[in-house]
Amino acid sequence: MPRITVTVDGVGYEEEVEPRLLLVHLLRDTLGKTGTPIGCDTTNCGACTVLMDGKSVKSCSVLAVQADGSEITTVEGLSANGVWHPMQRAFHEEHALQCGFCTPGMIIAAIDLVRTDPDPDDATIREGLEGNLCRCTGYCNIVRAVRRGAQEMGVNTP
Amino acid sequence: MIPAAFDYARPSSLGDAVEALTDAGEDAKVLAGGQSLLPLLRLRLAYPTVLIDLGRVPELQGIADEGDHIRIGAMATHDDVVRSPLVNAACPLIALATATVADPAVRHRGTFGGALAHADPAGDLPAVALALDCVFLTRSASEGREIPAAEFFVDYLETAMDPGEILVAVKVPKLGAGWGYHYEKFHRTAQSWATVGVAAAVHRDDGTIQDVKVALTNMGSTPVRAGAVETAVRGLDPHDATSLAAACDQADQGTSPPADLHAQPDYRRHLARVLTRRAIRRAADLEPG
Ligand SMILES: Cc1cc2nc3c(=O)[nH]c(=O)nc-3n(C[C@H](O)[C@H](O)[C@H](O)COP(=O)(O)OP(=O)(O)OC[C@H]3O[C@@H](n4cnc5c(N)ncnc54)[C@H](O)[C@@H]3O)c2cc1C
Ligand code: FES
Ligand code: FES
Repeated sequence: MPRITVTVDGVGYEEEVEPRLLLVHLLRDTLGKTGTPIGCDTTNCGACTVLMDGKSVKSCSVLAVQADGSEITTVEGLSANGVWHPMQRAFHEEHALQCGFCTPGMIIAAIDLVRTDPDPDDATIREGLEGNLCRCTGYCNIVRAVRRGAQEMGVNTP
Repeated sequence: MIPAAFDYARPSSLGDAVEALTDAGEDAKVLAGGQSLLPLLRLRLAYPTVLIDLGRVPELQGIADEGDHIRIGAMATHDDVVRSPLVNAACPLIALATATVADPAVRHRGTFGGALAHADPAGDLPAVALALDCVFLTRSASEGREIPAAEFFVDYLETAMDPGEILVAVKVPKLGAGWGYHYEKFHRTAQSWATVGVAAAVHRDDGTIQDVKVALTNMGSTPVRAGAVETAVRGLDPHDATSLAAACDQADQGTSPPADLHAQPDYRRHLARVLTRRAIRRAADLEPG
């Protein structure tokens, strides 16, 4: 079996993986990082979104072997020294979740959006999150949270 | 679901990649961004025995200016293409259409070459490549070929490439000054595929349309060039709404649109006519009308 090295949330791992192992299964089943959920079989829902070398990807649609040598950030790696990431805090404060299933992917996709557009307007936020589906909130509070999270990221990213 | 088991190879040169593909035989597949292939494997709609990962083949990377055309490497991601100053300056229609593909995370992985080699008539980029008369550069163990777009798309999910052939890059001709562009996509939800799409490039001079290139997404088993419209539109004043509409009413000529959950063929024909008019007007810098 191929041997891969990956850094996940700042910790290096070396693993033997079956070629068919999906990155999301490596994260959840091998490394125990169950903060990243799986919501679909069709690459549509975005619940599984993580950062791979700084860019958002749907981890259900990347093979673990393709991630060899890369750096992965999941929702579990966002806080620093017990302090939430500004985007996490904004989701909490703006009540941007109900069941919370889409939230890890939403937060990661939002952080990716702010990477390329530090001050997005509502339309840009909605387009930036078009790959992430939420069955609960109706999106309005999510958009508000991303606007607030973006502003606070400009001031203090941990 | 978990995909069925397969072997995996990760060549680090184009020569090794074509050799691995030839050695692995008929049931091997190349893996580019995986954004079409991995969902198929997860749904167990495909059972390749070997995947040859093109992710680390340097010859397939990059976007370069080559004088009268730009060369887009097959492994350039959709995100690379959308953000490329070169593509935006020299071939903006490609950037406009690519920005409508899927969502940011899929665009970070999915590739220009993968979307074209996949040859899905509902994909946005095949029609754009056809409209712009792109040329496809391929390599097999025995030869390299240059295949014009008009010959590349053969049937539903089928191209003129042989099983042992890899798409290396695509040459996109620069049309030069005086051209305007638009990709008009009609779809039901944010990340869904085009019910119908229209790629248009228009060259205006002295108030009239001197030249025009139009191709249609999802109006048959391959992307379709709207030849009758191109002929009828040349020489028209784009402000002459009546003549332009009459010309665009020929947009569905020679098409055989599919029926699916989203639309019946007659509705797709109607969309093709309306969206072609809008695409040409927008490419000519007018309101869609
Ligand atoms: C949620 C979602 C929404 C999408 N929406 C759209 C949309 O609106 N419009 C659109 O156009 N597309 C859409 N796509 C598809 C997207 O464009 C894919 O990126 C693209 O179709 C495939 O590119 P890839 O690099 O991921 O190829 P892969 O999935 O890796 O490969 C696709 C096929 O092409 C073959 N192939 C790949 N590269 C080569 C090569 N260099 N030489 C020979 N064969 C090759 C593979 O063997 C495979 O058969 C969507 C995908 C998803 C998951
Ligand atoms: S689990 Fe739905 S996109 Fe990955
Ligand atoms: S909060 Fe339930 S899916 Fe978004």
